[in-house]
Amino acid sequence: MAKDKSKRFKHILVPNMAPIHFELFRNIFRHMGYQVDVLTNSSNNLIQEGLRYVHNDTCYPALVVIGQVLDALKTKNYDPETTAVVLTQTGGGCRASNYLKLLRKALDRAGYEKVSVLSLNLAHLEKENHIHVDLKMIRRMVAGLVYGDLLMFLGNQIRPYEKETGKTDDVIEKWVTKLSHEINHGHALSIHSMKKYTKQIAHDLATIETEQRNKIKVGVVGEIFVKYSSVGNNNLEQFLLDEGCEIRVPGIMGFVLYSISARMDAIELYGGSSIKHWIIRLLYRYVLKMEKVMIKAIDQEKKFEPMMPFTHTKETAKKIIGLGAIMGEGWLLTAEMAVLCEEGFPNIICTQPFGCLPNHIVGKGMIRKIKEIEPNANIVPIDYDPSATKVNQENRIKLMLSVARNDTK
Amino acid sequence: MVKIGLDIGSTTIKYVVMNEKNEIVEKDYARHMSLITNKAIEILTFLQQKYPICKLSISGSAGMGLAKYCNVHFVQEVYSEKIAADQLLDHPDVIIELGGEDAKIIFLSSGLEVRMNGSCAGGTGAFIDQMALLLHIDGSEVNEYAKKYEKMYTIASRCGVFAKSDIQPLINQGAKKEDLAKSIFYAVANQTIGGLSQGREIKGKVIYLGGPLTFNSELRKCFDETLSIQGMCPENSLYYVAIGAALLDPRETELEDVIHLLKQYQKTSTYQCIDGLFSNVEEYEVFKKRHEQHVVLSRPIETYEGNAYLGIDAGSTTLKIVLIDEENRLLYTDYQPNNGQAISFVTTFLKHLYKDYPNIHIVSSAVTGYGEELLKAALNIDWGVVETIAHYTSASYFIKDVDFIIDIGGQDIKCFKIKNGYIDHIFLNEACSSGCGSFLQTFANALGYEMAEFAKLGLYADKPVDLGSRCTVFMNSLVKQAQKDGASIENISAGLSISVVKNALYKVIRTTPDQLGKNIVVQGGTFYNDAVLRAFEKELGLDVIRPNIAGLMGAYGAALYAKRHPVQESTLLNLKQIEQMKMDIIDTQCQGCTNHCSLTIHRFENGRKYIQGNRCDKPVTNKSSQDEYNIFQYKRKLLSQYQSKEDTNTKRGVIGIPLVLNMYDLLPFWYTLFTHLGFKVVTTGFSTQALYIKGQKTIPSDTVCYPAKLVHGHIESLLEQPIDALFYPSMTYNLDEHLGDNHYNCPVVAYYPEVIQVNVKRLRDKKFIHDYIGISNKQFPKKFLQVLNQYFKDITLKELKKAIAAGKEAYQNYHYLVDQEVDKIIERSRQENRQIIVLAGRPYHLDPKVDHEIDKLIVNLGASVVCEDSIARRSQKHPTTVINQWTYHARLYAAAYYCLDYDDMNLIQLVSFGCGLDAVTTDEVKSILEKKDKIYTQIKIDEITNLGAAKIRLRSLLSAIGERNGKR
Repeated sequence: MAKDKSKRFKHILVPNMAPIHFELFRNIFRHMGYQVDVLTNSSNNLIQEGLRYVHNDTCYPALVVIGQVLDALKTKNYDPETTAVVLTQTGGGCRASNYLKLLRKALDRAGYEKVSVLSLNLAHLEKENHIHVDLKMIRRMVAGLVYGDLLMFLGNQIRPYEKETGKTDDVIEKWVTKLSHEINHGHALSIHSMKKYTKQIAHDLATIETEQRNKIKVGVVGEIFVKYSSVGNNNLEQFLLDEGCEIRVPGIMGFVLYSISARMDAIELYGGSSIKHWIIRLLYRYVLKMEKVMIKAIDQEKKFEPMMPFTHTKETAKKIIGLGAIMGEGWLLTAEMAVLCEEGFPNIICTQPFGCLPNHIVGKGMIRKIKEIEPNANIVPIDYDPSATKVNQENRIKLMLSVARNDTK
Repeated sequence: MVKIGLDIGSTTIKYVVMNEKNEIVEKDYARHMSLITNKAIEILTFLQQKYPICKLSISGSAGMGLAKYCNVHFVQEVYSEKIAADQLLDHPDVIIELGGEDAKIIFLSSGLEVRMNGSCAGGTGAFIDQMALLLHIDGSEVNEYAKKYEKMYTIASRCGVFAKSDIQPLINQGAKKEDLAKSIFYAVANQTIGGLSQGREIKGKVIYLGGPLTFNSELRKCFDETLSIQGMCPENSLYYVAIGAALLDPRETELEDVIHLLKQYQKTSTYQCIDGLFSNVEEYEVFKKRHEQHVVLSRPIETYEGNAYLGIDAGSTTLKIVLIDEENRLLYTDYQPNNGQAISFVTTFLKHLYKDYPNIHIVSSAVTGYGEELLKAALNIDWGVVETIAHYTSASYFIKDVDFIIDIGGQDIKCFKIKNGYIDHIFLNEACSSGCGSFLQTFANALGYEMAEFAKLGLYADKPVDLGSRCTVFMNSLVKQAQKDGASIENISAGLSISVVKNALYKVIRTTPDQLGKNIVVQGGTFYNDAVLRAFEKELGLDVIRPNIAGLMGAYGAALYAKRHPVQESTLLNLKQIEQMKMDIIDTQCQGCTNHCSLTIHRFENGRKYIQGNRCDKPVTNKSSQDEYNIFQYKRKLLSQYQSKEDTNTKRGVIGIPLVLNMYDLLPFWYTLFTHLGFKVVTTGFSTQALYIKGQKTIPSDTVCYPAKLVHGHIESLLEQPIDALFYPSMTYNLDEHLGDNHYNCPVVAYYPEVIQVNVKRLRDKKFIHDYIGISNKQFPKKFLQVLNQYFKDITLKELKKAIAAGKEAYQNYHYLVDQEVDKIIERSRQENRQIIVLAGRPYHLDPKVDHEIDKLIVNLGASVVCEDSIARRSQKHPTTVINQWTYHARLYAAAYYCLDYDDMNLIQLVSFGCGLDAVTTDEVKSILEKKDKIYTQIKIDEITNLGAAKIRLRSLLSAIGERNGKR
């Protein structure tokens, strides 16, 4: 591990997506010797930079992510020689696999040839420039994922009802700081301490004083970046909170499990190495176990409803779409919509970049069937794009909310 | 206490006042001309006098922010409409409402569903107004015209901009306003139904609401006919939103307070802005001075006798005429809208010229632009010049070593990069981003200004609105939002000018400013606007040259061309001939082949004729199409043969295969495989418009690519036939041809069977084999058997393995035949010195409905057409700067590399609109071709059938190639 060249960089820039998760990840990476900076710049200039250096028909997340990197490079004086940008890569059939290459092109065109681009992937892509992923790192990342998902998930459940405004976020912030500290010292990562901390977190959040309020329950699904990133989705979360909603956003854990299980399914569908299947299955089981830790912690608090386990989500998917649909968010997105309906969140916003190819299939394409299974599903697909106007988007969301209010009457 | 519902829509404000018995006591509507807050204040002030205290609700797409600020109850407009319908109507089933910018469908009975058009499908009310503007009639007159229609044209029903590019050429061809009016209404109906029904049938009691449907009986008729229903337009159909808002328990409000808050709102709102154009008058004066240097001198025509040269530029919207003397001075210029009457304008001009100035002799004449061929035929003009050449000729007159020419005209943006004296790259705007002159004009007119006056307003704007770079439809709502946020007309004007420039730079040319070169000539009527010119210089950070005849450059170039190419005796019609000139226009259908192209024939007195609308040369030359130069035709012929004969013995039954997407590649394989298993195989053949319409009701995503949308029609057509099973497998992976690092299909090709399975309900009681299949995998036979056995239990592995082997052989044989034919085409072309074009895209671009038979057009223009897959088979895997893991993309890259080694071989890339992956491939193919300075040409295709733009692009490319090869 000491051989990993990536550690020599003074700054490894990471475009932000989900703030709680990414702050935890940053600390995990720093502890392992990678000088990670999570970018927080969000000015309008970011989109302008993206438009200038990325093909405008490329999907919106690429534009935002690359724009954010360029904006950061231009406004802060990073030394190109010792700065790198890291992006994740899945290597799937969605054009998102190309982000890294597009970023490289954009950096060259903007005059940052010397800034390095690193890949974080499990698909053996970019062998020259990648962060070396080993078991230790996987274990830590999964821990970060559990904490991140838990804090996000419970925060969403409690925030709309908190008596004292801002209390939930205070508690979350306290925990992010605490966990970061623990992680920096190599703690909070064993399964034992994870059990302990998840329980404490759930308990801590459960004790926030709340009051009964009439809220509309809204689920948010979609392309992973615009779903989570407030820069990408015009501050969707805040808008929904202001409109009097309790939101539920399925966690990143689901996406990770989906990505892993897709590899097993591919072998089952088309044939392939049984050894590979066995190894992937080990990883799959390990992450499922971590999911259980999280669900258990939530379950012990009466105040909270846990998420449906991933295995259930996958079973739900089978009723609607084939498990072979694995580009982009694939069958997961479809299943998440159906599961949200089951969980009492039939009002759903399906976010996607304008012209997102997989979402033609697994998003918009599947709504008909979901409505057959869950007749009260109230789904609105929203497209995100550099010039899709906020008013337009909000108007459509308001329509969905009106129908939701009508149903609750 | 009365209840007031205020509906602030995208173009109008409506209100109703209701008493306690829910009866309407007062109502009215007015266009707000985008001065929303003002108009709202005006209306509320009026109401306040009668009802100082009332219950007030606001609704409407433009009312949201306003209501929030004034703390007035807000109701979403579609929901509001539903509430009103529940109250006023007796169990309606479906509501269709068209507004200024929105289209909505509400399904009320059996499960409430509400639909609004997505952010892409603009149009409706504003769209009809825009089209009326093109027809030079008032928006309210469209209906009257439509009543008298005789004939219908197919107009793209997708978005306003597309429809516009369909209509403009029709106008230029002299189509009747009556027919166009009706066709426009049909396009609206098709767009609404196709985009919004999304698989749910519109039937039962259908209600029409909103302005366009209230005022246009013919539009209602179009909906009735398309849906086979008898819809109804109830009383107060304009006011349902307002009524619903009034009904939904508004809060008690003092109107005075609201008015007060509205006045504050006007002042406080903010919007995204960018730097202004000029900070003061001095700066502007310096700028003006600088641009006054680039002039062509004029000479009063009265003072001249002798030889003169005529240049005509017949553009899509305007006609330009230039007459020059021996010293290239202007004797006469004219610039006017052509209104589809280019011929009569030119003849009028010539008559005057011949009569008034008998001592001026036109010794040579040339014409360029859209109407080139028509005018050339009508008036016997000496030369027809490709637009690009005309523009280059005139630009190089101003500066010899010009690097880059950018021309922003009424309908299009054209850019040419010049390298070593020849045209190196051609950029044209695609139908989707035509934010050009007419775009500025449309906005100016909508806001009540003339274009020049409107553009001027922006010169000293302090905070221009940041509108980004997008197509008109998006821009509409951005402008509206800016207005809501209090942007002044000056700042909007400047913002629009800047966005035109950004659109050209980032959408059309897609480059960083520094790559254009130093000597840049800007031209086209749009650059007469100093605001646009300044915005361009600011964005580039460079001074550019705008000739004083910026709007006449094409015509001036043609005149220069005529002068440089003298003729023995000009054939241009003389006075006598013009006076005797007769012209008949005949609309007919070509009977030359099964395409039955709609032809417009202009016939002139001495036997000259000009035919428009044809895809091939047959009606013109009476020769059969030149299929010996066209691999597309050959492939189509081959593919048509994969269809079982009527009397095929069916041991296992009939299997239907839709000829869609990847089937265009794999059909020989699947056909043979199933035939060997003892099935009769029925395929759907190539797409037709009727077939598309058949399936459009079940399309769930209105922004998916056109080839995918066509799948629905193919499936419907298979369902009409007696088949036992339908075979359309899901395929994440394609064949591995070892040209890339992996062998994916794109998500749409891979998983469209899933969309079909969910959205075409009639399939549910059929055997629909849409399972996941990996044909490149070692275990394919075993896995495929498992799939097949679910449907046909008795198929054995042995049998299947044999069938697979036969299928593979058939597939290879198909490739072998294609490759051989390509060999022949290449050989033939080299012997005859024909250019070879690799028409590269995806296998499904072979569908004549998808590629609009651009292949035939290319052959007509004198080049040969070969296909990317065959060329790729002659090539190998090369390094790429993007991830190369899609089978079809890999073929593109390999074919592009192959072209590099042959001077007579060039690549044109076909791109389906909405193809997200091609955003990646186009840049890569371009950069491959640029390794050896090849010209990259991309043609974006969609539903549009008008090939005008494609034709110009192809001609320019071929002439540029010809010129380059000449120089070598």
